[in-house]
This record gives sequence, structure tokens and C-alpha cells, in this order.
Amino acid sequence: MNNKDGRIDFLTTRLDAVVDLARRNALWPLPFGTSCCGIEMMATLASDYDLARFGAEAMRFSPRQADMLLVAGIVVAKMAPVLRNIYDQMGEPKYVISMGACASSGGIFNVYSVTQGIDTILPVDVYIPGCPPNPEAVMHGVLRLQEMIKNGETNFQKRQRALKGGVEIASAERPSGRSTTGRQG
Amino acid sequence: MDVRTPIPTNGGDWQGRFKDGWSEQLAQLKARFAADIVETHVPPEYATDVPIVFVRPQGLVSILKFMRSEPGFEYGFLADLTAVDHHPDEPRFEVVYNLYSLARKWRIRVKVRVNEGESVPSAITVWPGANWAEREVWDMFGIKFAGHPDLRRILMDERWEGHPLRKDYPLRGYQIYPTPEQVKPELLE
Amino acid sequence: MSEISRENPSQLDRASWPAQYNVHFEKDPDDLWDESRMIVNIGPSHPAMHGALRMVARLNGEIIEKSYCQFGYTHRAKEKLGENRTYHQWVVYSDRLNYCSALINNVAYALSVERLMGVETPARGTWIRMMCSELARIADHLVCIGINAVDLGAFSFFLYGFHQREEAYTLIEKLCGARLTTSYTRIGGLMHDAPDGWEKEVKAWALRTREVIDEMDRLLTGNQIWRKRTEGVAVFNKEQCMDYSYSGPNARAAGVDSDLRRDQPYLFYREVEFDVPVAKNGDVFDRYAIRLEEIRQSLNILVQCAEKIRKGPVWSEDKRVRIPDKEVVFNTMEGLIHHFKYFMTGFQVPAGEAYTCVEGGNGELGMYIVSKGGPMAHRLRIRGPSVWHFQGLTPMCEGVMVADMVAALGSINIIAGELDR
Repeated sequence: MNNKDGRIDFLTTRLDAVVDLARRNALWPLPFGTSCCGIEMMATLASDYDLARFGAEAMRFSPRQADMLLVAGIVVAKMAPVLRNIYDQMGEPKYVISMGACASSGGIFNVYSVTQGIDTILPVDVYIPGCPPNPEAVMHGVLRLQEMIKNGETNFQKRQRALKGGVEIASAERPSGRSTTGRQG
Repeated sequence: MDVRTPIPTNGGDWQGRFKDGWSEQLAQLKARFAADIVETHVPPEYATDVPIVFVRPQGLVSILKFMRSEPGFEYGFLADLTAVDHHPDEPRFEVVYNLYSLARKWRIRVKVRVNEGESVPSAITVWPGANWAEREVWDMFGIKFAGHPDLRRILMDERWEGHPLRKDYPLRGYQIYPTPEQVKPELLE
Repeated sequence: MSEISRENPSQLDRASWPAQYNVHFEKDPDDLWDESRMIVNIGPSHPAMHGALRMVARLNGEIIEKSYCQFGYTHRAKEKLGENRTYHQWVVYSDRLNYCSALINNVAYALSVERLMGVETPARGTWIRMMCSELARIADHLVCIGINAVDLGAFSFFLYGFHQREEAYTLIEKLCGARLTTSYTRIGGLMHDAPDGWEKEVKAWALRTREVIDEMDRLLTGNQIWRKRTEGVAVFNKEQCMDYSYSGPNARAAGVDSDLRRDQPYLFYREVEFDVPVAKNGDVFDRYAIRLEEIRQSLNILVQCAEKIRKGPVWSEDKRVRIPDKEVVFNTMEGLIHHFKYFMTGFQVPAGEAYTCVEGGNGELGMYIVSKGGPMAHRLRIRGPSVWHFQGLTPMCEGVMVADMVAALGSINIIAGELDR
């Protein structure tokens, strides 16, 4: 809505879209770095790559203060219940990024002690391939998560939709699998 | 005198140079612990890099103590403690002690052969650091160490069944437990 | 404790108190701490625990009275995989041991199998391996002291180190295309020769880094907060180091004069000059200072290597281990068969056993391989220094503050991949 000078004074949008805008640009990660990928995660945070440019630099080691679980590295059978505990302790909204081949699928370690992918114990939003992924790939993963939040594709948003009931999801104005929280603006 | 790694890029007459020193030490050991030493092997005849002393379990601790402290030996550094599974051969296991002398730069290997169900005396009295290595051998191979104060699993979950590095344990024998390991206050008494 | 005893002066003091203060304590005043004793679980996912380690401690106030450590939260069964993969296939698993200095693990593994087979690598290959080792050692130490400083609140120091490390990664990337998990060595050679001018770039980087290290030194070493947090903290003396099989920088910080590069020179370490720094206190500060000095020595070695290296082959001529050139594979039937057999069944390693160790980033990195012939090892044991160092954390931290435990853990540089294998 323009005023007489031609400047935009206000615009109308839905609350969901604004909330998502805020959420996706201030992802506070919980770094769950267990092995090699943790080192690359540190490199992503350090000055050369600087994840802070995408608003995801505020590392929070308490699950209650974080909303993005960044699982970097192998999760073995002994660690799996710990990871599940941490995921359960995180408050909604929560998103999960699985960084690296080990976390995503077990990678080259198809052995007795290794969980074959963390998606066997918790829902994952973004998988970042690589062993370990380059910092560029990690940043791409974070950007992809932001895009998914924008489009309402994350597991959290799907859960929200399911809680609200099938009516919203099936409503004609949104194509299935797309946003309930709408597009920005 | 240093035992040079026999990687050929370093010039290779290491065997000829150190054989005399080894044979002297081995002769001294054999004279002192005649009853406890099964056999000894030196490199050129036996396919190994350093001499191996096979000992009987009952004499192990006194031999290790001797080798750690005796002048002329001084193998003060327990480089490694591990085991090898020779399944289905008998005796099944070998417990291997790789020793290193910081003073003389020599290495030597002590081995104990044990069968399923037999135990090896613990070397904690010689090196307190042998504690975890022995726990790892128990965890991975199921070899018991007599006199070990705290023989629990170390790498695997405490509820794990079987010993993964045994030859008859499958590579993909997954086991999953729904709860994490609990804190054990009794260990802090 | 209702009576005044002459043995206990604090009770005597109380005798001169005004009568209304002369209360009778039911307990020994020392026992009052009983109520503040508590058991704290630190880890396995905790910011102070690097990687996935766990320490359970009984605290008296803020002092750790007793503790025990647990690990195995990253156990990836690399030893079991060693028995189920061919020697060539296992190279990739060696990267994931000490992932801060993957190149050293590659070199150690290649040397250990070559030792069993009696394979010799030509001069250029050996020089490149040596440069790789030193490059990786510098990267490893930079991470260690950087993270140790972050734990104690010095964040900018970490960024200085990590920038140099990124440049080292660029050099490693030029070598093998990967940053962290390099898989650069092969049994009997290298993945391929270093690109043209790589040595010159390494030398330029080494000279540049030397200045940065001096700058880092000035930034942190004289810092009062840093010194107060580290000097005399978590002392591990020489006898304890020998009891717990400490090696590498952690042992040298306590006065154990041992460096495998000097004591049993592998590769071409005999042909370069370097000092082995040894401190005597064995506290956190000494471990930091030793690592800083070792970086300087490694930079010296790198410069010397860059001057001594010459052009030449990197692959051994031994037909058993040499991967045939692509030209031969695509143009001759024999080459194709050789290539197929090499990758499908692997090469045979004669029966025997050998314990090969190199000076890794953290200390003695050993590979004990038992072969019974055939393309796979019968037993592949990795002696990671971190296991022995982590074991020493419990005696090291008896009677220190919880906050100093964080400094101690950072200073001994536990790498989970090497710890759990």
C-alpha cells in the first residue's frame, strides 16, 4: 500500500510468514560434533567462511536454547540414545541437519557399532553429503534449510500441519506438500 | 644404539646391526626366567620386526617388572597392549605387549598365549596405564585379566553381548539399546 | 565435637568468642562440605568435551575429588574393518583416525604395510610424505592450541590459527583434492605426484606462517589471564607420564625427552635439522608452549624439505603394489587384468607381523599388523596416543577445579576418532 509520496508505508502479510522469516534467519545451531565433520563445522564457523553471514553462528550447547540440531559426524549405537534425548529436549520449532555421510547413512562404516543413518532415530530435514562436506556445502545446507522453512517443507512444519488437522493441508489454495505458512509478503 | 625402523628407505642393514644386542638380552632373560619363557624369536628367522618373547601367564608380571626396571633392559614405555584372535587355532588368543625403551631406543614384544576362558595376570602393578588397554582387550576379545580392579566394557555399551573383535563375531552384528548408559555413583566412592 | 580440643586450633579460637556465638557444631566443620558434594556428569555431548567424551566427577565445592572417564561414543570398528578390507581399501579408514592430521595417519599406514612387504618408495615420494606429515602436524597443533584457548575464552587466538590452517588446507587440496580426509598415500607410493610448484608454495606458506606464529605468541603467551589459568594447572609429571604411556608433546611438556622423528628416524628425518623442545613442568602452559615451539620446528623442516626435494618418481617399482598407469590399463590387456586384479582381489602381503610407529600429531601413532598372507590383515591394531592420554585425565584432574579440567582436557588434545578408532 503506497502513500502519496510513493513510499511503501505498510504491507499486509500473514503472521506465519513473518514468524518464519524471523525463524529462518536466526537459526541457532546446537553443534553435535562427534568426529571429522565437527572439524569442518568449526572451519565453517571460523573467519574464512563465517556462518554468521547467514544468521546461524550463535552456537548453543544447551538443547533448550537451540533450534537447529546440526549432527556432524558418526552416531554409534552407544551415542544414539543420547542424541535422541537431546532431540527430545529441544523446544519446538526444531530442525535437524545431518552433516556428512556417516550421520546420513553410516557412510563407509557399515559395521556392528554404527547407526546406519540418524534418520533411524529422529526425523531429518536436510542431508549434507560429503565425507566430510566442505564448508561451502555446510553453508548450502543451512541455506537449503532456510528455503525449506520459507516453503513450509520442514518436518516441524509438517507436524504443525498434522496437528491442525487435515483440513488445512487439503485446502484448495495450497498445493499439497507446499506451504501452509505461505510465501513471504 | 637405536632400533631403526626397517623401512628400506632408511638404509637397511638394521637386522645385522642389532641382532647381537638382542641375542644378549634374550639370553639374559632366558637364564633368569627359564621356567616362564616358552620360546623366543628373532627377526631374520621369524617374520617379525623385533624379537618376540613368548611367556607363560604365571610369569608374566615378574618378567614385565624385570624388563621395566632392570638396568640393561629399561623398557619403561608400554607402547601398546592388545590381543590377537587365532580362531579356530589353539590356543586361541595371544595377548601382546609392545615395549619401548626410551633410554636405549629399543623395542621388544612380549606375548602370552591363552585359551578361551583362561585369564592373564593384570599388568596394572607394573604400568598403571595398562588399565584401559586391558579393559579394551576384555571388551573386544573377552580375555579376562586376573587382578584387574575394574574389568568393565570400555568401547562398547555395558549391555553389549559378545566380543566384537573375535573372529566369529559378524562384522554387521548390530545391537541397539534405547537408553544411554547411566552414571555409576559406586565408582566414585 | 562439643568440646574444645587443644589439637584443633580453630576450636580454641572459638573459646574466646562471645558466649552467644559459642554454638556447638554437631559436625566437624569439614564435614559441612558433605552437603555440597555432588556428582556431575560432563558429556558425552558437552561444549567442554571435545568430540564425544564423558567424564563423571564427584565435586567438593568446585574441586574434583574423584572422577571416571568413559569413551567409545565414536567407535567405528576400524580394527574390525581392517580384517575385512584389503590393504588398499583400508587407506580411507586411516584418514578418520586422527582427523586433525589425516596425512600423518596415511603415511603411518602406508609405512606399516610397506614394512611388512619390504617395499621401498623412491626419494621424491618419501620427501612428499615427509612434507605431508609436517603440514598435518602444524594443522593439528594449530587446532589444539586454538581450541584450548577458546575453552579459556581467547577466541581471537583461535581465528588467527584457523586462518593459517585454511591456507594449509588449500595446499593439501592441491595435493589430493580433499581438505580433511585426504587418503593421499598408497601402499608403495602416492595417489599422484604433487603439482608443479607445490614445494615453492609450501615454502612460501611456511615463511608466512612463521610470522603469524610469532604474532600468536605475542598475543597469548604473555597474557596474564592465560598464564594464570594455565601455569601450574593439571600437572602431570614425568613419572606419571611413563606410568600412563604418555608420548608426543604431552610427554615432552613433562620432561620426557622422546621424539620418534629423532630417536628412530623414519622417512628422511635424519637429513633435516630440527630441535626437540622439552619443558619440565608438565602443566597446561607447558603443553601449549611445546606445541607452539613444535610448530616452529615443523615449519623449519618444511622449508628444508622444500629445498631438498627433487623431481623424480613417487611410485615404487615393485609390481605387487604399484597401481598400473592409466595408459597401460587402457591400451594393453595385461595392464587391464593387473588393474582389475589389484582392485578386486588386492595384493598379497607375506605372513608376518610388524609394529610400525611414527610421531603423530599427539604422540606415538602405531600400527600393529599381523598378516597370515592374503589380501587382508589378520589383525590390524591401531595404537592411538589419545587413548593413553585420556586415561591420564582422571589422575591429572584429582584435586583441580572443574574449570581447570576444561583447560587440562583441551591441552592434552583428545581426538575422538583416534580415541575410539
